[in-house]
Amino acid sequence: MRKLTTTVLTAVFGLAIMGQAQAFPDKPVSYVIPFGPGGESDITARHQQPFFKKLFGEDLVISYKPGGGGAVGWSQLNSMKGDGHNIMGINLPHIIIKPRQKDVGFKTDEITGIYMFHYTPDAIVVKNDSPLQSLQDFIDYAKANPKKLTLSGSGKGTANHLAQVRFDKMAGVNTTYVSFKGTGKAVVALLGDQVKAAWGYTSVGAKHADKVRLLAVATEERHPRFPNVPTFRELGYDLVSGAYRGIAVPKSTPENVRNQLSDMIGKINADPEFRKKMENDGMALLDVDYKGMGKFMSDMTKIYVDTAKEAAVLK
Amino acid sequence: MLGVDNILVALSPFNVFLALVGVIAGTVIGSLPGLTATMAVAVLVPLTFTMEPSSALIMMGAIYTGAIYGGAYAAILLNTPGTPSAIATTFDGFPMAKRGDGDLAVTLACLASVVGGLVGAIFLLALSPPLAEVALAFGPVEYFWLAMFGLTLVSALSDGNLLKGLIGACLGLLLACVGIAEISADVRFTFGSQTLLGGVETVSALIGLYCVPVLIDLVATPDRHLKVTHQPRGFRLMEALAISWKSKFNLIRSSVIGTLVGILPGAGGSIAGLVAYSQARRASHRTEHFGTGEPEGIQATESANNATVGGGFIPTLVLGIPGTPPDAVILGALLIQGVQTGSNLFTSTDSIAFTFIVGLFLATLLMLPTGLVIGRYAYKTIITVPKAMLVPTVAFMTMIGTYAIRNNISDVIIMILLGVVGWVLNRFGFSPSPIVLGLILGRIAEQGFVQAWTIGDATDDLLGMFFGRPISLVILALIAFALFYPLMRKRIDIGRSKVDTD
Repeated sequence: MRKLTTTVLTAVFGLAIMGQAQAFPDKPVSYVIPFGPGGESDITARHQQPFFKKLFGEDLVISYKPGGGGAVGWSQLNSMKGDGHNIMGINLPHIIIKPRQKDVGFKTDEITGIYMFHYTPDAIVVKNDSPLQSLQDFIDYAKANPKKLTLSGSGKGTANHLAQVRFDKMAGVNTTYVSFKGTGKAVVALLGDQVKAAWGYTSVGAKHADKVRLLAVATEERHPRFPNVPTFRELGYDLVSGAYRGIAVPKSTPENVRNQLSDMIGKINADPEFRKKMENDGMALLDVDYKGMGKFMSDMTKIYVDTAKEAAVLK
Repeated sequence: MLGVDNILVALSPFNVFLALVGVIAGTVIGSLPGLTATMAVAVLVPLTFTMEPSSALIMMGAIYTGAIYGGAYAAILLNTPGTPSAIATTFDGFPMAKRGDGDLAVTLACLASVVGGLVGAIFLLALSPPLAEVALAFGPVEYFWLAMFGLTLVSALSDGNLLKGLIGACLGLLLACVGIAEISADVRFTFGSQTLLGGVETVSALIGLYCVPVLIDLVATPDRHLKVTHQPRGFRLMEALAISWKSKFNLIRSSVIGTLVGILPGAGGSIAGLVAYSQARRASHRTEHFGTGEPEGIQATESANNATVGGGFIPTLVLGIPGTPPDAVILGALLIQGVQTGSNLFTSTDSIAFTFIVGLFLATLLMLPTGLVIGRYAYKTIITVPKAMLVPTVAFMTMIGTYAIRNNISDVIIMILLGVVGWVLNRFGFSPSPIVLGLILGRIAEQGFVQAWTIGDATDDLLGMFFGRPISLVILALIAFALFYPLMRKRIDIGRSKVDTD
């Protein structure tokens, strides 16, 4: 309903101000999340919401367009009005993998990303009472028991799944990945001893700090929330990965507005209070602005496509 | 522990006002097919930035509770579940309304919802940390068997024609496969169409299969929508109280079922209502009256679905794992406020959890007066509005509601198509319930099966995975009982009638 009102209002106001593109934003900005409410894409957008209002004086109105793992929303992005007042959340590796699997109504390069603002780093998570104390224990167990080390994770062809495939190859082990619908259910399976460990995110470690341990995190440097947990890099495995989140605009959005929006998201990212909140939830902040998007996307595409082929997610 | 402070904070005039507004808004939203509790709660999230967190939580809880109850109106008066939780309410609610007892049915639903809500909240208050373990004990294979158990309901829902019921359920299972598969990410049965990519949304299927045939029939026949008795009979509260007292065991059993199912993430109100309905039907002396307007059917469903509210908050608050979709939104709001979930929420007095639970009790109690009044008004409106107004208004609302689920026009197209299919199938004696059952349970069964198989295969113990776990064995026993009970009962009945004639 809210979205409907916004659409109607956008149409009405859009006609009124056509041709005079100054004073942006001059009305609430609609921020579409192509997933359901309550997930991490929603929660991080909700973190941005009050800072947007504080810094730029206009409301950031969040609505949801779930379906097909984000595909329903992204396939409709370019049909939205490109005046800067319509933005949509984007997720990696989703927007890279999905269109290469099958025709899902959009192509990766049809999505105009203007900023990647954070990623939730991948991590190997075990329960507190697990006999696996370190990443080396994990590798030893996996080597001694091929296939038998079961790991829950969120979805197929996702950050968790691709991290599992990459790590197995780097460490020369063979583990079994069990796909669950969303991180919440993957964690339930871990806590309920259905699986031995999970390919999860640092945010899982933050949210369930009293019940789980992280064996290693896929960041470049140690995460401020987990100063005692080593990175994969420290231990000799070059794995920096996670679920990357950013913001895209319809491709009809003019160049100057794209730059302007990119600066705005950057300003929110620079707010110390915002950073603290995000890091406390286990996120790692990232600053890829509009100018850097091209290189970032081509680097990530290469890594993800290669891995997805190994994982037999892509042919 | 629960302290006096929590009660005082929760009962401040402002919070009572918010709870009242929340319950009313929730009831109205829930009664409109397509507008769900999740959506209503999500719209409120920004308010939590400006309000006291406890006030915002109380209001969210109130909206949630109200919406689950509101779903009963459309189920009883229009044969359309306003929310998936109210599917089983249509079975006896609509027949009651047809014969002129719609007012009684609405009042019964209100009483049952209050009982269910209170039972769920009592469990939440008293037993959360131990009960949260239930959520963890349920692994993939248990979800698979639970879905199989749910499918045995087809026999109860197919009005004597088991074959047609089974065909309907298979159609539902097929529909569940359409779109991008949630866990394997395969694209299936979309025939290259973008429309089908997102799959068949449960709510749009509900509206299409239940509501559209009713609308077509309304237009096609000259009869009135519901039978009307001329003298107004008020709330029929005394009558409803008497019936509720008589079926107190049914209410308590259904509420406990609702709470337990609510604790399982991924099951939810629709399954709670269906399971409670089938258990009430089995336990009742009036089994054969179920489906023709039996009050016990409404009471079972409505108490169970409101009990899932309290039940669903148990894993949400203790484990940080949402029990139901609206819980996911509320959990998100809590995280943004910096509230750390965990069993310590239930041990410290200054905890926001207790204020919230007291608010939930308050909202549930407020549902009694507001529910009766709104229900009375809804009933009056439906019976007095002329058909020429009723049909277009409801048709318009179904479109808006279906669009609003995911802000997606594809869902509206699918809803209309399924509506026409449903109408044709109805003419051939297929009821919509087995189809919807297949649609909802098919996804749960598939996920559970694939995950259980993957784990079982990895540990070289497939047999033990499917048949060697205690909870699975209990569910398997229930399945066997559900399948063979009708035969056993027939035997006993035949035996009895023999004794009688001897």
